[in-house]
Amino acid sequence: MKIGLLHSLIRKDEKFLIDELKVVKGVELKMLDDREVTFNLGKDNFDIDVVVERCINHSRALHGLKLFESAGIRCVNTYNVATICGDKLLTSVALAENKVPQPEVRVAFTEESALKAIEKMGYPVVLKPAVGSWGRLLSKVNDRDAAEAILEHKTVLGSYHHSIFYIQKYVEKSGRDIRSFVVGDKCIAAIYRTSPHWITNTARGGLATNCPVTDELNDISVRAAKAVGGGIVAIDIFETTQGLTVNEVNYTMEYKNSISTTGVNIPQKMVEYILQVAEGRK
Amino acid sequence: MTTECPVCGAQVELKEGTVVGELIECPDCGTELEVVSLDPPTVNEAPQEEEDWGE
Repeated sequence: MKIGLLHSLIRKDEKFLIDELKVVKGVELKMLDDREVTFNLGKDNFDIDVVVERCINHSRALHGLKLFESAGIRCVNTYNVATICGDKLLTSVALAENKVPQPEVRVAFTEESALKAIEKMGYPVVLKPAVGSWGRLLSKVNDRDAAEAILEHKTVLGSYHHSIFYIQKYVEKSGRDIRSFVVGDKCIAAIYRTSPHWITNTARGGLATNCPVTDELNDISVRAAKAVGGGIVAIDIFETTQGLTVNEVNYTMEYKNSISTTGVNIPQKMVEYILQVAEGRK
Repeated sequence: MTTECPVCGAQVELKEGTVVGELIECPDCGTELEVVSLDPPTVNEAPQEEEDWGE
């Protein structure tokens, strides 16, 4: 079986995955560096059973997946999943359509309408770029003065996609949120991400500790994963007085800090799923 | 297998199983480095974060 790993930089996450793939009998690993790979549309004939996407650039992941799928190669995750998860607005639409709990989200296309939407929601809110990761350019807006300033800055200084205003009601999360890992039909592990800052991403210094996978956590995690098309995804979840609610879904999940923390061999579970896809069992 | 850090000149060890593209850290100056070749062993400064990097 030939498995292609679409990658750029090999971080610890990719290295763990490579190490797991290398010990599987009958697997030939082909490294596909997105800085070197080229496509010849309609004429590509890749000798690969499945492509595993682990790009660090969202744009390369998205287009690479489309091109490999167009050439008839199964991919983990799929182009459709990357499209939805790579855009917070599309993710929120998918969650809403599938009745998965999420914080209140409003969308507007102009400064004026965005300000009206924010005033109706009440402060604080969080303005997020629809496309972006690792907590970059998130703005917690506590009052009208801040809202006016940030909306103007986004309009004047940002590229056009910063004028698609994605506004999320701020959720008070008592210093932590949950990151759960879904592989196929199961939440295989989860961590708490604790930080004194309102942004709890481990990329921004959030501390990871084990979070037990309860039935409630498994249920909302798998429902969120299915809403965006399934596969291997990581769900960011808030704990609220009304229960768990989904913040975001990530399609090239990072887990290097979560293996020893949870005691779960996450890359091994990923490989099991990848092999099922390659064999056409998923 | 060792090579030289392009920033501080320290010797950087490439452990067995290292792959091209792997990120490592210079033990002396802490610079994040990318392995760009195993034969000969060569490292460059890792690329800077771009707008669409993430998960």
